[in-house]
Amino acid sequence: MSVLAVQGLQKSFGGVQAVAGVSFAVEAGELLAMIGPNGAGKTTCFNMLMGQLRPDAGSVAFEGSDITGLAPRQVWRLGVGRTFQITATFASMTVSENVQMALLSHHRKLASFWAPATSLYADEAAALLQQVGMVDQRQRACGVLAYGDLKRVELAVALANQPRLLLMDEPTAGMAPRERVALMELTAKLTRDRGIAVLFTEHDMDVVFAQADRIIVLNRGRLIAQGTPAEVRADKGVQDVYLGSGSTFGGH
Amino acid sequence: MDFLLVQFLNGLASASSLFLVASGLSIIFGVSRIVNFAHGSFYMLGAYVAWTLTRGLDWVAFGHLGFWGGILIAAVVVGLLGVIVEILLLRRIYQAPELFQLLATFGVVLIVQDATLWIWGAQDLLGPRAPGMRGAIDIMGQRFPQYEMLLIVIGPAVLGLLWLLFHRTRWGTLVRAATLDREMVAALGVDQKLLFTSIFFLGSFLAALGGGLQLPREPVQLNMDLAIIADAFVVVVVGGMGSVGGAYLAALLIAELQAFMLFVPDFALFGVTVSISKMTLIPSFLVMAVVLVVRPYGLLGRPPSHARIAGAVEPVVRATPAELKWLGYAALALLVVLPFFVGDYGLIVATEILIMVLVAASLHFMMGPGGMASFGHAAYFGLGAYGAALMTKHLMAPMAVGLAAGPLLAGLFGILFGWFCVRLSGVYLAMLTLAFAQIVWSIAFQWVAMTGGDNGLLGIWPDSWATGKDVYYYLTLALCVAGVLVLRRMIYAPFGYALRAGRDSPLRAEAIGIDVVRVQWAAFTVAAVFAGLAGALFVYFKGSVFPTYASIPKSVDALMMVLMGGVQTITGPLIGAVVYMGLHEQLVRLTELWRLVLGASIIALVLAFPQGIAGFVVRLWLKGKAEDL
Ligand SMILES: Nc1ncnc2c1ncn2[C@@H]1O[C@H](COP(=O)(O)OP(=O)(O)OP(=O)(O)O)[C@@H](O)[C@H]1O
Ligand SMILES: [Mg+2]
Repeated sequence: MSVLAVQGLQKSFGGVQAVAGVSFAVEAGELLAMIGPNGAGKTTCFNMLMGQLRPDAGSVAFEGSDITGLAPRQVWRLGVGRTFQITATFASMTVSENVQMALLSHHRKLASFWAPATSLYADEAAALLQQVGMVDQRQRACGVLAYGDLKRVELAVALANQPRLLLMDEPTAGMAPRERVALMELTAKLTRDRGIAVLFTEHDMDVVFAQADRIIVLNRGRLIAQGTPAEVRADKGVQDVYLGSGSTFGGH
Repeated sequence: MDFLLVQFLNGLASASSLFLVASGLSIIFGVSRIVNFAHGSFYMLGAYVAWTLTRGLDWVAFGHLGFWGGILIAAVVVGLLGVIVEILLLRRIYQAPELFQLLATFGVVLIVQDATLWIWGAQDLLGPRAPGMRGAIDIMGQRFPQYEMLLIVIGPAVLGLLWLLFHRTRWGTLVRAATLDREMVAALGVDQKLLFTSIFFLGSFLAALGGGLQLPREPVQLNMDLAIIADAFVVVVVGGMGSVGGAYLAALLIAELQAFMLFVPDFALFGVTVSISKMTLIPSFLVMAVVLVVRPYGLLGRPPSHARIAGAVEPVVRATPAELKWLGYAALALLVVLPFFVGDYGLIVATEILIMVLVAASLHFMMGPGGMASFGHAAYFGLGAYGAALMTKHLMAPMAVGLAAGPLLAGLFGILFGWFCVRLSGVYLAMLTLAFAQIVWSIAFQWVAMTGGDNGLLGIWPDSWATGKDVYYYLTLALCVAGVLVLRRMIYAPFGYALRAGRDSPLRAEAIGIDVVRVQWAAFTVAAVFAGLAGALFVYFKGSVFPTYASIPKSVDALMMVLMGGVQTITGPLIGAVVYMGLHEQLVRLTELWRLVLGASIIALVLAFPQGIAGFVVRLWLKGKAEDL
């Protein structure tokens, strides 16, 4: 049974068909890259997977059970973590508190009106931040972080509920090339160690081809190719899309 | 049957009046994003100036021209006044947070109130009747006033003219474009200043026209401004902010419901007569409730664009600094020994300030960490007061029961009203809270059998053990300090963090399992409960309760305290309450024109300290500390 199984997902905004019948699956321990030019429908797809958007048609199954139309918070409780393309963190909290919030929620301690929150799960938060290399900055305000650092915090937050599926929308945007590879290597290691399934989007093809086990390619809302990095690299249709859109493609 | 028809026509006439005022408010909001509290003042001024022009002058000599010309000239004069306000005040604060804009326009309301009182006096003024329209026409055997017939026509006529103006002129096209996307219009190189100023002229003109046309229908009074603004807010929210057509639809719906509600017979509830037919705000409430559940942005409105005001990033909340803690202990010690140093008068002032501190803290709880600005917090203060008063008055309950019943009643209404409010955000939420507060006020005002109406409930004194000023002071001190500390504790607890999480990023909050709406709902209720406790304490302190406890000015007082202190700090609102109450107290003692001075001070404060006093101090203090933490 796949960790995530998507069938015939569709979504349009007004006249724009953003996602037009996409089906794929992600297995435990697998890193699946979703690539495609700007506006291909990747983020829209992600939003339907976790419930930020309701699909017009199609279904999403997590570990065999249908989660189509569930609210994001319900999907999260089942064991799905997510990072956003445009980072979403709590600017009025410190880095550590951001992670602590996820931990508090995971342990269902949010309805507590008395104990000071900063003292709860601080060590666990530090451990998670250690993994993503942000432990030194844990007392800084999230609002003042560099963009690449925010992406790391998001990853730590997404790992807080020990997810079995991780959805990462452009996790390395805003980072220097070397940092990108490092972060994705870290993700790959976590994935394999814990058997997490990861779906990620990425514009940096070096990262994609170095880390992904499999790749699916989206263009104008349609899935135009899928397979191993080698297969996708050789695909004529994919090359057309990328050459046509002027993006760089392929390993250097 | 004929009677139904006449009621229907009455509804149409009222809809026209409502529409004239609401459309102006909606147009102004659409372009400038300012919720103009002073709109009601322009309506009132329209009526007063028209009264002077038609009655004060010898209008009979001019006949039709005198009457209609008077109303029109009055509307133009008031429209120009709107232009002056825009140029002198609003133009400087377009970039300020929405709440500060609201406050500034409320400052204008206060100034206009005193100016009107000073010019026209306190007595009601009877307007002239429209020449040639004094009679009634016969509709299936029922007599229907000609003037009402005219009003029925005026509403749709103005709607049509506005439509032509917006769709057939270049200016109108620009206005529509600016309503949709202000930044884009700016990028096109349009003279924004002129556009904004002209829109204020149009809006104020419409308000004043609405006021002037009321002359033959009702006497001109000093409370017209706040009475109409709540109705106008409801119409605008229901219709969709910025939508003129929506405003007409909403006005129609509400006015017709009001007209037909007269048929609801009185009934008895717990042995007290309830006459729904007299509670004219109930239909507005019903319409609003239904519409907002089905269409949160109004009948013809659209969701607000996500362009938020820049620089609104909230600072990190950190543990209380040691200095501040010691300051707090010192203040508390001072309060404990206060009765040994001041007389009864001093204690009375101190008790009142303590109660207001609790009000400010409760409002801050939902506004600061919750990000939900309430323009109707007095509702819960009033409900707390009535809850306690009704217990003592009708059930002869001891004070302890009253002190528990007040917060309970406020909390129950917090649950009810909060359910609607937390579904909206920003100005929409603020306007909705105000509308709910007006409903509470109108129930208190209109349900005479239960609440005593305008006369209030008197003789609600503390139990005999607590009648001494010093005993009651200590009781208040204990409850208010406990209340403030509990609220503070909650802000630092996981619940408070969850609340802030929902404010900072609902997207992230939902993605880590936080039910943002539920957390906000709970916070709304908590705020209501503590405001209710303050209200209950206030009743036994004053010995009486009046509808004014739940009135708009009281809500603005609460808001002023929080904003003066600074929403972003936790201690600020407490200081704000002390400073504001002190200022208020002094002003009322010193001058007859205290509203004018208060209004001017509010405006000056908004212009000088958009961060609030405490926020200002914090920034001064942080300066040079080179802290990015
Ligand atoms: N809320 C929305 N309303 C209207 N159109 C939308 C909305 N969200 C996305 N779209 C449109 O849907 C299409 C797909 O957008 P999406 O953000 O999913 O692309 P993407 O593959 O994530 O692009 P990028 O690589 O730039 O992040 C685009 O044409 C976009 O303009
Ligand atoms: Mg995207």
